[in-house]
Amino acid sequence: MGRNPVTWLGSPVFPKAAHTALADTQLRANLRKATTTIRDKRASAVAELADWEELRRAGEAIKDDVLANLDTYLLRLEESVTARGGVVHWARDAEEANRIVLDLAREHGADEVVKVKSMATAEIGLNEALEAGGIRAVETDLAELIVQLGRDRPSHILVPAIHRNRAEIREIFRREMSEAPVSDDPRELAEAARRHLRRKFLSARVAVSGANFAVADTGSIVVVESEGNGRMCLTLPQTLITVMGIEKLVPSWRDLEVFLQLLPRSSTAERMNPYTSVWTGVTPGDGPSRFHLVLLDNGRTATLADEVGRQALRCIRCSACLNVCPVYERTGGQAYGSVYPGPIGAILAPQLADDPSDEQAASLPYASSLCGACYEVCPVRINIPQALTHLRAKVVRNKGGRNPEALAMAAAAWVFADPRRFEAAQRAGSLSRLLTGAGPIGRLPWPGSKWTATRDAPSLPKESFRLWWRRNRG
Amino acid sequence: MSNPRVALFATCLTDTLYPETAKAVVRLLERLGCTVDFPLEQTCCGQLHFNTGYADEARSLAHRYAEVFEGYDYVVAPSGSCAGMVRETHPGLCGSSVPVERTFELSEFLVDVLGVTDVGAYFPHRVTYHPTCHSLRMLGVGEKPLRLLRQVRGLELVELPQAEQCCGFGGTFALKNAETSTAMLADKMRCVQDTGAQVVTAGDNSCLMHISGGLSRLRTGVRGIHLAEILASTEEQPWVATP
Ligand code: SF4
Repeated sequence: MGRNPVTWLGSPVFPKAAHTALADTQLRANLRKATTTIRDKRASAVAELADWEELRRAGEAIKDDVLANLDTYLLRLEESVTARGGVVHWARDAEEANRIVLDLAREHGADEVVKVKSMATAEIGLNEALEAGGIRAVETDLAELIVQLGRDRPSHILVPAIHRNRAEIREIFRREMSEAPVSDDPRELAEAARRHLRRKFLSARVAVSGANFAVADTGSIVVVESEGNGRMCLTLPQTLITVMGIEKLVPSWRDLEVFLQLLPRSSTAERMNPYTSVWTGVTPGDGPSRFHLVLLDNGRTATLADEVGRQALRCIRCSACLNVCPVYERTGGQAYGSVYPGPIGAILAPQLADDPSDEQAASLPYASSLCGACYEVCPVRINIPQALTHLRAKVVRNKGGRNPEALAMAAAAWVFADPRRFEAAQRAGSLSRLLTGAGPIGRLPWPGSKWTATRDAPSLPKESFRLWWRRNRG
Repeated sequence: MSNPRVALFATCLTDTLYPETAKAVVRLLERLGCTVDFPLEQTCCGQLHFNTGYADEARSLAHRYAEVFEGYDYVVAPSGSCAGMVRETHPGLCGSSVPVERTFELSEFLVDVLGVTDVGAYFPHRVTYHPTCHSLRMLGVGEKPLRLLRQVRGLELVELPQAEQCCGFGGTFALKNAETSTAMLADKMRCVQDTGAQVVTAGDNSCLMHISGGLSRLRTGVRGIHLAEILASTEEQPWVATP
């Protein structure tokens, strides 16, 4: 098995990547503006529903049932898709999935495929794999197209080009399109993209999509989107290949009711998303005449085995957690070095990568202040802070006990294990350094220097509280 | 309720670096008719370890906590994050529920258990309140600290813009991701300064250590003071800065 491309090869550990991102003032301004707007809109869209908490719990329960009975539901899905004329493929990892799609595209004589925005195909690096096989993949989602034309990397689940502003986008279009936009007015930019894509839609024979949901009972695949470009891909080409993670299932048609309320309000703050496309196998004379479904594992079964970590697989990729995350707001998505950035990325990417030697992945669970804003907004109640601390414990176990941090933690635990030692440490002043990485105000040696670079440290009191208590009350 | 027996859980940080906060809790609770004890066997709730990924160390500290505080009616901590650690995480770590259910963050204890919002305090300053993340989201203390502050005589309460945003402390996050932490702090400080307040208060000395550390570095003249110290302050015994 090859390396799982869910984390980008050569990405630095999070603090290093953050250092670069934090220095980019344009990036920070773009991000702050975008996240603040969507945050406020989401809050009011959610406040409209009196039963939001019940919906969240229903979403959580349905997904937990899916995860607990994944094998049964997957077989049911395969059966129903096949019965309706679709073909199901199983892919253990990225390499297998890419190979399947490449072979199918070749088989149908395509040298270009149009794509509906899809996290799963980004996760496996499908575009690059197709490119290497001589097939061009054309992203048709506006934001995804901007990233593709800018030879850039995505920085958001829903709005991959969130880190770009209008002027930057116009510049990219001017460079890459035969008919460049005349101004950076959003309508002009959208129009330029539309003209650019129109030709692609009409000539493409093969389309590749992801899936937001798949209904096990009926074999129906659901894609929700805002622009309608996806719908063109889903109806015009003769062959449709859908790549989806095995956790994207819901048992029955009825369950969709819950998610079609949770998803749009959480992601775009809309009551209902503009385009919901559903297809079930093939229908003669209507839409694609060939349908292939690639079911992707790529680390998911391993994730499922972890009792605490598996809740990440409930994720419906709404991106609400990114939009409220104070760390994401400052660093942007690329600092996470994965197609899954932000709080969900911090718990999902290291689990899918499943590689204890990957230091970049191991830095992700620490890319959080554990403020809990992500958990509060998550429509399927993924307790991200809980998963983060759980994964940190895993990182610590993998590292073993022979590094400065582990030694400091062991020393602190030894001190806290006995109040007499605790008191002695307080008297010696050494504990304050352990607790805060600091001592008296001023400059401190490492790691305290990381504190005092930007913050004064409290000065040590003349006596600790316990000494005072003993003197006065004991 | 007459004379509830309260154990003060000072938390390792407050005990060591902010003894005035713990003294303030004692003074305040006794003024309100509680019998306060400080079991000297206490040390730390284990949050530092747990949040950094050292769950085994945290587990034995959770056991110690359960033993030390077993016999009390109530345990009160001047820290939303430590009270949150005890209530939310200890049960999963060590299964003990007796002191866990009786552990309260200070403002919860005052409002929910003692049923008071006017604690007879006097504090003639312009104050803004930062609701720390764990008080806000883990414990859901909501308006309680504000209800207490509104009753303090002489105090002018000013609203903090973007109050619910994390200050960027996050325990070892402040060291491991020092630059991101500082970027978050910078925004928090700007919001604090925009209020024109002389004092920023909160229910947690850890976040306050971070915020006032930044404010002091920039020589802003704005001071961080724990909620307990404001509530303990009276006309007869006003709050005084420790040297
Ligand atoms: S973790 Fe929750 S909030 Fe974040 S993208 Fe997934 S479903 Fe949305």
